[in-house]
Amino acid sequence: MAEKTTKQFSDEFNIGEEIGNDTKVSFSKNVKYLIVGIFFGITFVKTEIISWFRIQEMFRFDSFHMYGVIGTAVVVGAISIFLIKKFNLKTLSGEAIELEPKQFDKGQIYGGLIFGFGWALTGACPGPLFALIGSGFSVIIITLLFAIFGTWVYGYFKDKLPH
Amino acid sequence: MIELIKQPWTWYAGGILIGLTVPLLLILGNKPFGISSSFRHICAACLPSHLNYFNYNWKKEVWNLFFVAGILLGGVIATVFLKDPHVIVIADNTKKFLEQHNVTDFANILPTDVFNWDELFSLRGFILICVGGFLVGFGTRYAGGCTSGHAITGLSNLQLPSLVATISFMVGGIIVTWFVLPFILNL
Repeated sequence: MAEKTTKQFSDEFNIGEEIGNDTKVSFSKNVKYLIVGIFFGITFVKTEIISWFRIQEMFRFDSFHMYGVIGTAVVVGAISIFLIKKFNLKTLSGEAIELEPKQFDKGQIYGGLIFGFGWALTGACPGPLFALIGSGFSVIIITLLFAIFGTWVYGYFKDKLPH
Repeated sequence: MIELIKQPWTWYAGGILIGLTVPLLLILGNKPFGISSSFRHICAACLPSHLNYFNYNWKKEVWNLFFVAGILLGGVIATVFLKDPHVIVIADNTKKFLEQHNVTDFANILPTDVFNWDELFSLRGFILICVGGFLVGFGTRYAGGCTSGHAITGLSNLQLPSLVATISFMVGGIIVTWFVLPFILNL
């Protein structure tokens, strides 16, 4: 049950009853995600998708680069998920692999537009913010803090916003 | 070999590696590839509040924080050990446009004449660094995901809501790039 809750994580999911649970954070169980993150961060930097200039080129239609990266990633991801489903692949610990379907709500339009506004200004989506800080652009720490603040403000007004 | 890695990677190499993150995280532990949820976990962990949106056991989602910490470390490694000695190549049209709008530094992956600590206190810098960040955090959580959760994982899983979200990201970005950014850059 506890394992299932983790998988079913979504914005709509109210997990309030679990407060007070003293789950321990295990470094050894999570270190594999740190390692995947490292390779992923290196890829972000070396493919230059963390570059403000690449994002400007994308939105100005002056370069194919970002479309190529995202398009290829989607094709590779889609083939992988297709194969996982077709062959019923399991996780390393033997669980069935599950991907929660996304539910449509108006947030995907309003929130999507708002994120797009921010993406064009900062030239970075959430992943690149972390990679940029690691690359030594220390002022991006402020961008990250404002992104976290933006998330908090969203949480504050969530029930009043159209969904 | 190391020389090859130091060059900027092609779009298809990057695309394949990023795409493979989706099955890798699923096989390692049934984790859906997504990054912006880390903002929510950081809020839940650091800013305890009565808000329902942040009242959940974030420790169960801690893998996501390890993942983003890894991305930051990856940035360190790529920059310290694998740095491309050449100046970034920028499309001519984009460069011309930016030059006409008071952007002068094209040596780094971002214009350091705009993104630096002193600029933070100018109107232009404040909008790009702070307001932009706020909109990224607010918008991604409102949309229920960002480029990774919607555009890559969602589209890979053929989710229509993710297509709607991805189109919205692009429309929002195009509107600001073409109609708002020219004014902000001239501030």
